[in-house]
Amino acid sequence: MAKSANEGIKDASNYLRGTILDGLADAATGSLSKDDQQLTKFHGIYQQDDRDLRKERRAKKLEPAYSFMIRVRVPGGVSTPGQWLEMDRIALEHANGALKLTTRQAFQFHGVIKSNLKKTIYEINQSLFDTLAACGDVNRNVMCNPNPLQSKVHGEVLQLATAISNHLSPRTGAYHEIWLDDGSGEKVKVTYDPPLIDDIADPEEPIYGKHYLPRKFKVVVAVPPSNDVDIFAHDLGFIAILEGDDKVVGYNVTVGGGMGMTHGNEETFPRLADVMGFCTAEQALTVAEAVVRVQRDHGNREVRANARLKYTIERMGLDAFRAEVEKLCGFTLEKPREFHFEDNGDRYGWIEDHLGNWHFTLYVENGRVYDTKDYPLLTGLREIAKVHTGDFRLTANQNLIIANISPEQKPKIAALLGEFGMLAAHERSAMRLSSMACVALPTCGLALAESQRYLPDLISGIEEVLEEAGLRHDAITIRMTGCPNGCARPYIAEIGFVGKAPGKYNLYLGGGHAGERLSKLYAPSIKGDDAPKILKPILLDYAKSREEGESFGDYVVRAGYVKETKDGRDFHKDIVERLLPV
Amino acid sequence: MSSLDSPLSPGQLQLAGQLANGLNRDQALWLSGYFSGIAREGSATAAPAAKRKLTVLYGSESGNAEKLAGTMAKAAEKEGFKASISSMRDAKPAALAKAENLLVVVSTWGEGDPPDAAVAYYEAFMSDAMPKLAGVKFSVCGLGDTSYEHFCKMGKDFDARLAALGAERVHDRADCDVDFQATFDAWLKGTLAAFPGAVAAPDPVAPAVAGSSSSASSHGHGEYTKENPYTSELLEKILLNGTGSSKEVYHLELSLEGSGLVYEPGDALGILPVNRASMVDEVLAATGLSANAKLGDKTLVEALLHDFDITTLQPAIVDKYNAVAQNAALQQLLDEAGRPTLKAWVDGRQLIDLLEEYPCKTWTPESFTGALRKLAPRLYSIASSLRKHEDQVHLTVAAVRYHTHGRDRTGVCSCYLADEVNAGDPLKVYFHHNNNFRLPADDNIPVIMIGPGTGIAPFRAFVEERAARSAKGKNWLFFGDQHFSYDFLYQLEWLDYLESGLLTELSLAFSRDQKEKIYVQHRILERGEEIYRWMEEGAHLYVCGDASRMAKDVQQALMDVIAVHGGKSPEEAKAYLEAMRKSKRYQRDVY
Repeated sequence: MAKSANEGIKDASNYLRGTILDGLADAATGSLSKDDQQLTKFHGIYQQDDRDLRKERRAKKLEPAYSFMIRVRVPGGVSTPGQWLEMDRIALEHANGALKLTTRQAFQFHGVIKSNLKKTIYEINQSLFDTLAACGDVNRNVMCNPNPLQSKVHGEVLQLATAISNHLSPRTGAYHEIWLDDGSGEKVKVTYDPPLIDDIADPEEPIYGKHYLPRKFKVVVAVPPSNDVDIFAHDLGFIAILEGDDKVVGYNVTVGGGMGMTHGNEETFPRLADVMGFCTAEQALTVAEAVVRVQRDHGNREVRANARLKYTIERMGLDAFRAEVEKLCGFTLEKPREFHFEDNGDRYGWIEDHLGNWHFTLYVENGRVYDTKDYPLLTGLREIAKVHTGDFRLTANQNLIIANISPEQKPKIAALLGEFGMLAAHERSAMRLSSMACVALPTCGLALAESQRYLPDLISGIEEVLEEAGLRHDAITIRMTGCPNGCARPYIAEIGFVGKAPGKYNLYLGGGHAGERLSKLYAPSIKGDDAPKILKPILLDYAKSREEGESFGDYVVRAGYVKETKDGRDFHKDIVERLLPV
Repeated sequence: MSSLDSPLSPGQLQLAGQLANGLNRDQALWLSGYFSGIAREGSATAAPAAKRKLTVLYGSESGNAEKLAGTMAKAAEKEGFKASISSMRDAKPAALAKAENLLVVVSTWGEGDPPDAAVAYYEAFMSDAMPKLAGVKFSVCGLGDTSYEHFCKMGKDFDARLAALGAERVHDRADCDVDFQATFDAWLKGTLAAFPGAVAAPDPVAPAVAGSSSSASSHGHGEYTKENPYTSELLEKILLNGTGSSKEVYHLELSLEGSGLVYEPGDALGILPVNRASMVDEVLAATGLSANAKLGDKTLVEALLHDFDITTLQPAIVDKYNAVAQNAALQQLLDEAGRPTLKAWVDGRQLIDLLEEYPCKTWTPESFTGALRKLAPRLYSIASSLRKHEDQVHLTVAAVRYHTHGRDRTGVCSCYLADEVNAGDPLKVYFHHNNNFRLPADDNIPVIMIGPGTGIAPFRAFVEERAARSAKGKNWLFFGDQHFSYDFLYQLEWLDYLESGLLTELSLAFSRDQKEKIYVQHRILERGEEIYRWMEEGAHLYVCGDASRMAKDVQQALMDVIAVHGGKSPEEAKAYLEAMRKSKRYQRDVY
């Protein structure tokens, strides 16, 4: 079978250069060429357009309102106050005035127009963040548990996350050439400055080769009992195994998780990662590289929809895959160690760690940091960043931890949190605090339906049912995406909505409360507005009949609302057609 | 000449044989065109068997339908049809009335939606404005995905609507799923066989006169003047600026159907405006005159709406005004000593200011209108080529609005077009021919067009004309406005011309997209070396737009370019440009 179109683009790109420079110089259009739009993803840049304006602009004989989304790589989600201030400034000067905290601990800017693109990327790098490999068929931002309570453990896992991020960075000089050339001939300092391959006579990416990976690749590090990073939803994961309270002895290695699928194609499905074995802390980087290499050589390069690592493992089998990894490592993996996850949410508000420092976890609805008249969140966080001496941590649930606040600083920060209305940000229903939505319309080109503009309203409708059922304080995870690619990890939520068409969603139920079980389709293509009515009898039943400590996801499986999905392969099976109360 | 299958009588056949004897090739070709012309006029008893026309219409999102349209056209040609492909992106649904045999292929998206590029087409096609399609024979192929609720809805809609409009379905519709090939192949084969027998025949050769317009007609265009204007229907009005712009430029499409009117690119269209009703009311109130007062055989309000300029204010009007008003203070301004003050006062003011500041209670309809000028038509550079838009004329008009001396002011004609008329409304128009703004007769000559803002208008016409003529000469357009995102007039068309190669170069200057103001003259200086090379190659140079600043700045930039890159003194550069002007290689349409 012929290789997929993207493979040809990579092949012809001269290590991700393509004709991006020519495209930037073309003043007649705000767009880049089709092939370059694929390549810029490797540089952390997605071309989009305001879909709300498409029709109007076509009638006006104008091209779509093209702009670019820029994703900033933030390993482990840790940002200094100085970096936060720079992100804030860039959001206001070059983007649409909002700073998006993503579901993968990255910053995202939207609405950057082509003529400002180079300047923006340059300034991001000046702040010692970069955007290289934030998207594309490479290892993307490496996440880790932001764990404010165990600062020593956090230090170690953050170090691993950063090391993996650096080690798996592409070494092409294209990024520097295109974005960081300020005309002075000097290379701009970036966060991590790996040796670049363009000085070598016969350049070859040392880990990726000429064609990079068959598809995107996502790595996370988790610290039990919190599964906030949703480790089973990622290609490669490391579960920290602790000895005592603060010593990381090694990691369970997970492989083959992934959310994305295609509507109507049962050969595509979300899949939870398998626990492949245990490695020591020293071995972790070697294992990461080996997993990448095996996927590079064995991943499907013909059918892009089946190119993720999860399908490679389905095809090869876990044992054969492990054997290949071990062969490259030169050592064998030990049997997985015991671990236990309790949930995948965040704990809001103040906590004090064992050193006496304070941390405040701020609820940020859908990760959108922007000013409204009633809630000037962007301004408030800017004021905090100006005086804060600790750091900021982006969580995998799109929230923000203002971390390492000294006891002396605490009153000042608390006053600012109060002044800007942030202290009360998490005084909401537990379901809202456990909600997550992707960007979707109007900018995401993949979106089939609304997501972050719609989920808050939908939850308001469900909250009326929650009040009636007495479930206001029950953290039922609820997630929505505008398309089946699953950026907000909807298939492991207890309630998941996946867009099918404007206003219409597939409703999935029964995901594990700690992200340990896939959900199952409960009702296809429902009207979003009907969801409260459809969920009402189930929520009332749950409130009445659940066992002590039983999560909503577990209950709907036990009570038979949906069959349990034990395996990604079974995701599309055992679906019951039913009459809905609408 | 064989009598086989000939419709001629034996006598005619003999005559034709005699005529054919000894004809050279050119003579034969000319005659064949002559006869085919007669045939088309309908005066001959029979036409030579011509290829049957077949139109392939597609609406494509991902490119599948477009590709299949190509396949369909090719297959149709093989069957002896003369096939043409038409995209819903730029075709007009009403043109279907002229189709004989029609194949439609269209995909369905989202919740039964048309492809993005076909939305406007679809809406027009489903609207009441569609003409009847009796005599059109058709078949439809829909593309879709059975996993969606509204599978192939577009195909179904087109199929049903075509039938409802009176077209004849010759073959059943195909609804193709994601793997469409087999269904499509079967449908195409069946549908081509179902059209009435295709005859393969040579093309009749029509004698073409180079340079003539496709719709030129014998009854000329001299009949309509500003005194006797043609009443045209406004077909379409589009605000070209995107949301967020501070500009307000309209694209207007007017019908010439049935008028026999023709024009050339470079011509202007005169429009007879109607005064704003609210302004007439204000004027009436200020004069104390009654709307229904008689003036000749009209009421005063009618006369003020259509016949008199009730806006412009000049010292000469103040003169006439005060001859009746006899205002002492005003008379002081009209005296020799007061003149400079008067000139300053009228600047930025209009008749209504005069009426209100120096009121007069003794007006009669006759005395008041006697002080006024006739309402003059306004000329707009034509933005279309007849070769591209048969029976239409397009304009690009900026609405003039400003605020002076405590009042919002509106341009009489531009805001009449912007605010008062809509598609379907009549407009009184006439043509103003301008032989001093013409494309080179020789299509191989390169042209450089400099037209920021609404100065773009004649160059849209020029480029359409060059495209329609398949002119080989290079084309370079300079355009500028405030913002790339909102004010790039006709952007999609320029992008298409760039892609097709018709536009060789497009240089853009958006003044407010960066801290420093960048205008077209800056781009001219940046590209001076190539511009001078084009001039030396014999390029024609055109400038259209604002006369007060742009045209001067551009002219200076051109002289700088000639001086720098031609190694000339400023005087020599000036003479070089002057020589170009004299030989009609440097033409301007500035206002």
